[in-house]
Amino acid sequence: MSDVLLEMRGITKEFPGVKALKDVSFSVRPGEIHALVGENGAGKSTLMKVVSGVYPYGSYEGEFFFKGQECRFHNIRDSERKGIVIIHQELALVPHLSITENIFLANEQSTAGVIDWGLSNSRAQELLKKVGLDEPPGTRVSRLGVGKQQLVEIAKALSKNVELLILDEPTSSLNENDSQKLLQLLREFRSNGIACVLISHKLKEVESVADTITVLRDGAVIESLDATAGDVTEDRIIRGMVGRDLTHRFPPREAEIGDVLLEIRNWKVAHPVYEDRMVINDVSVTVRSGEVVGIAGLMGAGRTEFAMSVFGRSWGRYVSGSVLIRDREVDVSTIPKAVDKGLAYVTEDRKTYGLVLMNDVKTNITLANLDGVAQTGVISPPKEVKVANEYRDALAIKTPSVKQIAVNLSGGNQQKVVLSKWLFSNPDVLILDEPTRGIDVGAKYEIYSIINRLAAEGKGIIIISSELPEVLGVSDRIYVMAAGRIAAEMRASEASQELIMKAIMRLARAGAEEVVL
Amino acid sequence: MSTNTETTAPLAAPALDRAANVMRSIRRIGQGGMLLALILALVFFQLTTNGVMLKPLNVTNVFLQNGYILVMALGMLLVIVIGHIDLSVGSVAGFLGAIVAVLMVGATLPVVGKVQLDPVLALAVTLIVGGIIGMWQGFWVAYLRVPSFIVTLAGMLLFRGATLFMLGGQPVGPFPESFRAISAGFIPEVIGTVPDPFGTGAPPVQLGPLVLPLGGGPLQLTTMLMGGLLSAFVVLIAYRARRGELRYGFAVPSIRQFWIRNALIILGIMFIAYRLSGYKGLPIVALLAFVLIGGYMFLTLRTTIGRRIYAVGGNAKAATLSGVNAKFMVFLTFVNMGVLAALGGIIIAARFNSATPKAGYGFELDVIAATFVGGASAYGGVGTVAGTVIGALFFGLLNIGMGIMSIPIDYQFMVKALVLLIAVYFDVSSKGKDA
Repeated sequence: MSDVLLEMRGITKEFPGVKALKDVSFSVRPGEIHALVGENGAGKSTLMKVVSGVYPYGSYEGEFFFKGQECRFHNIRDSERKGIVIIHQELALVPHLSITENIFLANEQSTAGVIDWGLSNSRAQELLKKVGLDEPPGTRVSRLGVGKQQLVEIAKALSKNVELLILDEPTSSLNENDSQKLLQLLREFRSNGIACVLISHKLKEVESVADTITVLRDGAVIESLDATAGDVTEDRIIRGMVGRDLTHRFPPREAEIGDVLLEIRNWKVAHPVYEDRMVINDVSVTVRSGEVVGIAGLMGAGRTEFAMSVFGRSWGRYVSGSVLIRDREVDVSTIPKAVDKGLAYVTEDRKTYGLVLMNDVKTNITLANLDGVAQTGVISPPKEVKVANEYRDALAIKTPSVKQIAVNLSGGNQQKVVLSKWLFSNPDVLILDEPTRGIDVGAKYEIYSIINRLAAEGKGIIIISSELPEVLGVSDRIYVMAAGRIAAEMRASEASQELIMKAIMRLARAGAEEVVL
Repeated sequence: MSTNTETTAPLAAPALDRAANVMRSIRRIGQGGMLLALILALVFFQLTTNGVMLKPLNVTNVFLQNGYILVMALGMLLVIVIGHIDLSVGSVAGFLGAIVAVLMVGATLPVVGKVQLDPVLALAVTLIVGGIIGMWQGFWVAYLRVPSFIVTLAGMLLFRGATLFMLGGQPVGPFPESFRAISAGFIPEVIGTVPDPFGTGAPPVQLGPLVLPLGGGPLQLTTMLMGGLLSAFVVLIAYRARRGELRYGFAVPSIRQFWIRNALIILGIMFIAYRLSGYKGLPIVALLAFVLIGGYMFLTLRTTIGRRIYAVGGNAKAATLSGVNAKFMVFLTFVNMGVLAALGGIIIAARFNSATPKAGYGFELDVIAATFVGGASAYGGVGTVAGTVIGALFFGLLNIGMGIMSIPIDYQFMVKALVLLIAVYFDVSSKGKDA
């Protein structure tokens, strides 16, 4: 048997406008735990989706071999037949079915289509024992906590005779105790010869469990570290993750900062379903007029949840906290009220939450302020067109006409339409959530310029971004968020990627210890 | 030992895929739109009925017998555009027909005692009750978040039961003449009549086997005049819209195309006016429908409420995050549906001169089908008043045409079912093309 289980050579994967993977080579030895780390958007998940057949053969360039055989997967089934199983960050279990039913979903223990329940349950029992889950196999999955659900996923993977198990952020929603159990399980698998690719942001875990650590950045492999000796530190990994030369340029920024425009005090919000889980915990933030405030943090830090809960309580269950605009407490408990008080929230997911894709550009631009183009409820088409044309020119939206259907625009131009919509509502404070996600470098620059212009007009801007260079490049002041709290606040001129990363890790560690206590 | 299903499933699947491919190629041929289908159906019936289809009486009957579909389809359009469905309209219309009947004919009601209202008051009360029923269903759908399919399925049973209860299992009628006029009356002739230039007794004008729809009774000039005014109005609006577009530099069809298109519209309107005037003139129910059509065109195209309904149907999350009160919009469309169902119920009762326990039975299917055939999307966000009108007329035409051809009712159902399937397939497949 060769000493390489999986070998990938020259993998390149392009999405419209973005090169997600650039000539990536990656290999996994049999029975090792191989950690894959990198910032959001570095290409970790994309690479693993190639391996597992989520992106079928032909949709990427390059080749890869599993146990010496070349692989050309057309779907997940193909990869699973070979013994490669991926467990995604969002668990793929059917909540209303039992553990047994989930384990053997689409792989039923059956004869001529008739399920053998006795066999199914006894096999499920065996698998549960292997993963250390002490629950009757007939239990409905919805009754299990996230940690136990994760174990069911792994049992499901084992039922497919897995040889390479890929886990995408398996511990991101687990508490410290469950995380440790899971990592212990991975170690057991290693001794049984099952190799494992672990994608994780929790570098402490990576440090403790991984044999090899591969760092991805901007779709390319930066380095592969041998961690068996145990001399690879968290700091060493962070340096690899963020230490890039700036590939994006930012327009020069001369801030003229005025009085406090928006102040959010002691904001607390609970999870919409699990009411005892505090997702936003005592967050206080201020924004001055003319100021661009960045909120940095990793995915799942609670930044979007925070912004949306402030904007008309459109996320979660409000627990406590107050919002002040120009030192006066205001009621922003519904979206219309928030808009009326001068808030605007530009969503991170423009297709799902930002645009009515089947409607045209002008209809989308006026949606948040229809009364601005109407009199006593009757829309004036000329006025609407005039407004839309003004924004098209001001923001340089590339579209043949404002009657173009939004779905036909490129990502950057769609983003400008969403921005136009909110500018037309004439807000005092704009919250921009990942405003440059998935758009090309040129369009990014334009968006940054618009942000600068708005700040120069005296508006307050909050920009949420997972790209640290972006936060550093456009902000005047930066809040670092982690685990639903503000981990640090710093002036952009004094901040650096290392400082931000360290702040995140510090709080993550503190949070973990708190749970153990 | 695991799967036998695995081997059988891939065998069946390619055959189904091939069938879908055949359907797609048929669709590409049929892309001329619903209007073309309507005209083809007209020609078909004109041929098969030897010219009877488009005689003045039958054109009038298209409106008299299907007015309720037109009226209720306008409400259904908004419900479907916002992404919901109302299965209860038939039962609700039946119930409200019973209400208006009982109020006019007189009955002893609990709490209020004996009541007998004059037709106008009875009508007003019925419309209000329709609105309240809409509020009831809208509340369950929008605020209690029960799927509209379930709420209105319950409503279907609830109001069928309530109808039986109101009527005690007996038909209630007859009604005063003034009330019956809603469905049986025509606008008064104020100008006078002239003989049809193509005469009454003359041999029919033919184009090959096709009998041209010309000749009939003396022409009612008021109806012709109204047709002329409507044509002028429609062209004026279109012209002003075109000028506005030009001013903002939009690409518009050439002036020649513009006039060809509008000439066809004028031709259509004037043809209907000509046929109607050859019988007894414009039916009151058709006038009512035309006014409502105009009103709802304005609502959907020009008002903020209309715009918000389409936005919620297109992307409820984005609309909500833009400050649109999506729940209230859903609520409103159901209230509107309730009022129009009341109007539908009144039209049905007036037409049969009695309210019967079976009135409105199965009408929801005609109304929903007309809306979908008219191009509304089952996924919400898409649909026009004009399309819905064409869909409703199409179904009206099928009903009358197959009736004249004496096609048995069993076949009629099957034909309508196929029309519905194919029309919605066009919608689904055109969606797939965009994605």
